[in-house]
Amino acid sequence: MTDYRTPAAKVRGLGASGHGTAHFIAQRVTSIALFFLVPVFVWMLATSGAPDPAATRAFLASPMGAIVTLLTLTAGFHHMRSGLQVVIEDYVHKAGTKAFLLLGNTFLTLGLWLVTVFALVKLAL
Amino acid sequence: MASDWSDPRPMSPHLQVWRWHATMASSILHRATGIGNYIGAVAIAVWLVLLAFGAEGSIAFLFEGWMAWVTRFGLILLTYSVSYHWLNGLRHLFWDFGKGFDPKGSNFRSMAIMFVAIIPTAALWLGFGS
Repeated sequence: MTDYRTPAAKVRGLGASGHGTAHFIAQRVTSIALFFLVPVFVWMLATSGAPDPAATRAFLASPMGAIVTLLTLTAGFHHMRSGLQVVIEDYVHKAGTKAFLLLGNTFLTLGLWLVTVFALVKLAL
Repeated sequence: MASDWSDPRPMSPHLQVWRWHATMASSILHRATGIGNYIGAVAIAVWLVLLAFGAEGSIAFLFEGWMAWVTRFGLILLTYSVSYHWLNGLRHLFWDFGKGFDPKGSNFRSMAIMFVAIIPTAALWLGFGS
């Protein structure tokens, strides 16, 4: 049977579903945040006495330590999620594997982010 | 993966056929360091959670004996990875403003960033490596 539909008509409604621009912008916004946050976080962690458990806990429990860590990890997990999403979409073309990896990426970054927030609040309060 | 690619049309030649050049290496390294930073951030987040619940004893072996050197090597690699991704990410932001696309300058910056990323890595680990 001859298919009269044009290639454009076949793909319309599939794919990025119009969210590509928001993804692109979010990746930039988080990268600008991380540009400022990462050096501060790395410097503070490196001078905190880590990996000694007591010293690291004291750093994470201090107001500045907790705030900088929260900001850095929040921007970081957001940036990581969208970054790895693009890597998966670029290299994994098998539908099932791709969906599995995308789900894993989302669950890992969002889940670990929330668990980290809970842990920091527990330490700092 | 490539074996799952069912489209019979010819694909654009990929990594195997191109001579390696600086901008290509820096682009690939940006992705590789991004994945490295992902693994590093997950590890650090898990460590923070273990610390918060007083369960860091379960990973104490990472800081004992010869494993301490493996851990240190991994963290030095992570420091380089973050430094590189941070510098090359800054370059990406300049690209967004349409700046930095001249071929000669691009080659130079690709090489420069790979070497300059060693500076913060060395500074941190020579200063606090003990």
